[in-house]
Amino acid sequence: MNRFGLLTVAVAAVAAIVLPFLLKPFGIYLISMWVVLTIAAIGLNLTLGYAGQVSMAQGAFVGIGAYAVALLTAAGWPFFPAFVIAGLLCFAIGWLLGYPALRVQHHYLAFVTLAFNTLVFLVLRNEEWLTNGTYGIAGTERPHLFGLSTDGARAFYFFCLGMLVLLAAATWWMLRSPWGRAFVALRENPIRALSLGLDTRRYTLMAFALGSTLGGLAGGLYAPLVQFIEPNSFSLNMSFNLLLMVIVGGSGRFFGPFVGALIAVLLPEWMRIAEGYYLIIYAMLVMILMVFCPTGVLGLVEKLFKPKKPPAAAAAPTLKAEATSR
Amino acid sequence: MTAVLEVDNLSKRFGGIVAVDNVSFTVNDGDILGIIGPNGSGKSTLFNCVLGQLMPSEGRVRIDGRESTGMRPCDLNRLGVSRTFQLLQVFPQLSVRDNLILAGQEHQGSMATRLFGRPDAGLGEAADQMIEFFRLSHLASEQAGMLSYGQQKLLDAAMAFMAGPRLVLLDEPAGGVNLTMLGLLRERLQAYHAEHKATFVVIEHQMEFVMALCTRVLVLAEGKIIAEGAPEEVRRNPAVIEAYLGH
Ligand SMILES: Nc1ncnc2c1ncn2[C@@H]1O[C@H](COP(=O)(O)OP(=O)(O)OP(=O)(O)O)[C@@H](O)[C@H]1O
Ligand SMILES: [Mg+2]
Repeated sequence: MNRFGLLTVAVAAVAAIVLPFLLKPFGIYLISMWVVLTIAAIGLNLTLGYAGQVSMAQGAFVGIGAYAVALLTAAGWPFFPAFVIAGLLCFAIGWLLGYPALRVQHHYLAFVTLAFNTLVFLVLRNEEWLTNGTYGIAGTERPHLFGLSTDGARAFYFFCLGMLVLLAAATWWMLRSPWGRAFVALRENPIRALSLGLDTRRYTLMAFALGSTLGGLAGGLYAPLVQFIEPNSFSLNMSFNLLLMVIVGGSGRFFGPFVGALIAVLLPEWMRIAEGYYLIIYAMLVMILMVFCPTGVLGLVEKLFKPKKPPAAAAAPTLKAEATSR
Repeated sequence: MTAVLEVDNLSKRFGGIVAVDNVSFTVNDGDILGIIGPNGSGKSTLFNCVLGQLMPSEGRVRIDGRESTGMRPCDLNRLGVSRTFQLLQVFPQLSVRDNLILAGQEHQGSMATRLFGRPDAGLGEAADQMIEFFRLSHLASEQAGMLSYGQQKLLDAAMAFMAGPRLVLLDEPAGGVNLTMLGLLRERLQAYHAEHKATFVVIEHQMEFVMALCTRVLVLAEGKIIAEGAPEEVRRNPAVIEAYLGH
């Protein structure tokens, strides 16, 4: 990262700590939501941005995590074990959802994961004995940390922020390891990767499992944050939103989800003055961004601030992988 | 002499096309076998069948006397067999150095040690040596996609050597490479061969390259082997001249 990048991160970090002391409760709720959705988007960025596996089901994993924590804490479990279970459950289900990705790719995979999201939604709505159906679950308890309660909006915000820092650091560290390199290789050229000894099957499943785990953990914070969850919160809508965050922020870039989630959470609030038109304006902004800068906001910033390099000696034409599959 | 690679009665059909037709040959330890033949004669398909990218329709492949037909490419690679593809296959968004580390990292430790161990999987030094060996030092931290075609072709070949393979299959390593690069590539391949006692199989159209590099040449035409022998012998073989000119 260059100096400009470091400075931006430092300013953002200070803002993240100071802001809750300046904001009204609703403002604190919004930035808490930003934190929670960023965690989920980091997960999707791992699966989609780094490993190149299309998933339209991240919202479902947020839902599974949210319900797991809500139900377990309602049954008398303390928060932390419930939170860990939410993560493990999503790891396992994410791993299983990875299997279709071994057979189909791109838009076919998008449809498979879309169907999975719908399936999860239907289970949440119809299995009333477990999930309370459309009545939802209210009042998920917030955790106690070292004997301190996080019931207050500000305390819970800092708790979520701590989780974000922990999970983002773990992701950063994982992406620097050979696994990160392997995920990028999987995205760029799976056939060549396989010929270099990468067990692409295992890395594909792992990409899904890890991305889903982050989705589940985000859900585990979502339930105590909003205090009322119902199946509709985790319909395809949320998955689309998360997908948008990753792509708008800058897919395959570490800080992409942070930026994408910020835009997705704040823009609707700022555009309240536009009333009914806000969705239309938002959609148009996204379309313009995608047409002129498919690498997202971070790609745009990079383009604007990077000193122009002399064009590299005749960049080779990018050739498609040879059609060798079985 | 021990056989490193044995191919027995291998055939591959695509619908009605017989791309490889009942091919058998053996490659001994330390050989550099050249495979030549007109376009579409089945050379690349043969490689793909040997290395698990394609499942042969018939026949068997053995590596070091061990049956390897139908094994997955990644498992074959971990047995010490590596390859390049005819079309350029580097990872354009990774740096030159990361391309090389990637090419060796799966041979180090397990999934767990690759996660918790060093970011370069302990291969940083080996990668730098390989970069130097292939004269790419000034480009080490450049994104591979930014290199010239010839440089990418060198990197592509270098990647095949990162895991210290004993059997390397190269599919047209000289294709589209300029003469200076070509000399460098040949010299590097010969040096690796001498240093590691490795066994090579090289598909190539560039005759000078084949003649200078290979100890033995095999000629494919329409999926069949039509000649086999020392480079000079093969070059003078009337059947070979016929196959190249007769189309
Ligand atoms: N995946 C495939 N599906 C159908 N036909 C194929 C496939 N791959 C190769 N073929 C056919 O098999 C035959 C042999 O092709 P191959 O690529 O092995 O030839 P080659 O000797 O490598 O040629 P070149 O010198 O042009 O690289 C050709 O007729 C080709 O069209
Ligand atoms: Mg070929």
